[in-house]
Amino acid sequence: MQPNTSLTDFSVLLNSVAPVDQIGSLERIAKIQTRSLKGPAKLQGLRMALSMIDLTTLEGKDTPGKVRQMCYKAQHLHDQADGLPTVAAVCVFPTMVGVAKAALAHTAIKVAAVSTAFPAGQAPFEVKKLDTLHAVEHGADEIDMVISRGRFLAGDYNFVFDEIAAIKELCGSARLKVIFETGELDSLDQVKRVSTLAIAAGADFIKTSTGKIQPAATFPVVLTMLTAIKDHYDKTGQMIGMKPAGGISSAKIALQHLLLVKEVLGEAWLNNEWYRFGASSLANDLLMQYQKQLTGKYQSASYFSID
Amino acid sequence: MEILKTYKLYIGGQFPRTESGRSYLVESPDGKAIANACLASKKDVRNAVQVARKAQSSWAAKTAFNKGQILYRIAEVFEGRKAQLIEEMCSLGASIQEASQEVQIAIDRCVYYAGWADKYQALSSSVNPVASSHFNFSVPEPMGVVGIVACQETALSGLVSQMLPIIAGGNSVVLLANSKKPLCAITLGEVLATSDVPGGVVNILTGNVAEMLPTLAGHMDVNALCLAKLPTELMVSAQESAIDNLKRCIIQTQDFSEASAQGMQYITDFQEIKTTWHPIEQLAGGMGGY
Repeated sequence: MQPNTSLTDFSVLLNSVAPVDQIGSLERIAKIQTRSLKGPAKLQGLRMALSMIDLTTLEGKDTPGKVRQMCYKAQHLHDQADGLPTVAAVCVFPTMVGVAKAALAHTAIKVAAVSTAFPAGQAPFEVKKLDTLHAVEHGADEIDMVISRGRFLAGDYNFVFDEIAAIKELCGSARLKVIFETGELDSLDQVKRVSTLAIAAGADFIKTSTGKIQPAATFPVVLTMLTAIKDHYDKTGQMIGMKPAGGISSAKIALQHLLLVKEVLGEAWLNNEWYRFGASSLANDLLMQYQKQLTGKYQSASYFSID
Repeated sequence: MEILKTYKLYIGGQFPRTESGRSYLVESPDGKAIANACLASKKDVRNAVQVARKAQSSWAAKTAFNKGQILYRIAEVFEGRKAQLIEEMCSLGASIQEASQEVQIAIDRCVYYAGWADKYQALSSSVNPVASSHFNFSVPEPMGVVGIVACQETALSGLVSQMLPIIAGGNSVVLLANSKKPLCAITLGEVLATSDVPGGVVNILTGNVAEMLPTLAGHMDVNALCLAKLPTELMVSAQESAIDNLKRCIIQTQDFSEASAQGMQYITDFQEIKTTWHPIEQLAGGMGGY
């Protein structure tokens, strides 16, 4: 697939990115945070959030065993409860793609691989290319690439654009998620700018963070990115996916994110084709809240499988 | 101008208001308004259990000696708050003599359990004779998060006598205070907050026990209950709710002013015994043993 925009259009586009109204964003978020889902709506929200999870392990100490265990959890969230979905995908390092693929054969669960020298992105392009190709060749369904934040902050937008476009080309049929690491981008204006840039360069999904740096998926950042997606959709009719990642560890916060998506983008985005949570410990809290809704009793982590 | 104190909850080392925003009037026996206290809700119970769980493992991991030092420190800080505690009890109908006695009991209990903190382990452990090649030993381990319903007759001595052995054993606590006499319970929170007890190890809620207890008793992340004398109906329903995760329910009906209201058994009531089978080599011709 070609980049969504040609290079000349792109510089015009970047110059046209309007500053983010920070106060307005905060007010809008505050309003959403005071809402509370109850009863069947909450149950539906919890199930939906579970189905949107990219169950993630991205640690130096990852082993094939750990990845297989996580893949099992991805399919069997909590067998004691009926009617639960599976998660959307598992997210692993490129070296673990083969293991995850084998463990998830014959399931609908996708395998996502982080790429381009995750998490810092500080490697020559040749290395990033090999990194991506390795994942794709082993069957990754989705590629989560990181951008070169240093180059972006230095104003070298063309470099960042070209890098995304080149990786997109290598992805083939795999969907490309572009990670901004918003915790390093300092301002919401920068977040808006990088979102516009990445979408123009061919991102299928935009993703807040690697999970290695705080702050990560804060509400103002997520709202800014959702707004960029909406702007693009209003202009072109093309949908772009969203993936907040890092720091979303409670059901309450996850449900608030869903409210935000529904409010900004609408129902079309409320499925795991277009919306994901990058998380390692969110699943169990969602499950515990789900059981709480069903039984009326607050739950204990002791009775849920380790994630 | 006289400023009446606002009594808030004690959760996670802080003094938040109840999330429900509700309060109730604490009155003296002759109907005089003494203070407003928080009428805590189910969600406060949930929040308290959550922080108690978080705090428990690091509290248990402190050395036994250090836990003893901290319990002793509670006694020291209590000493400095004597006048306030006595005044609070008197405002709710106690005589000065009764009030002083209760405070003295509370302080004595701190010193008593400070001493026990590094001794009950040895006394409740054992090396067990087994007929196989194993070194077999049993040691006590804290149960985890313990819910306490404070004695509804006393203002201070009861709840302190209930709480101390439980935390001395490395558990964390969610305590429902005496509904009618909650002032000393919150002052106890202030004492704990300034005496090196890590935030979250003890959490104190005021309000209607009948409203909060079902949530606490049914909570799957609470491992045991320590119940003072309560109306039978409430007691039965609490024990029924406790069934799902097989909570241990200890019902304490002793007179907390008596010396018999303290002892090592109140620590071990809230301990699990872990037995380890450690394989060993049987030396040829050697004696059985370790």
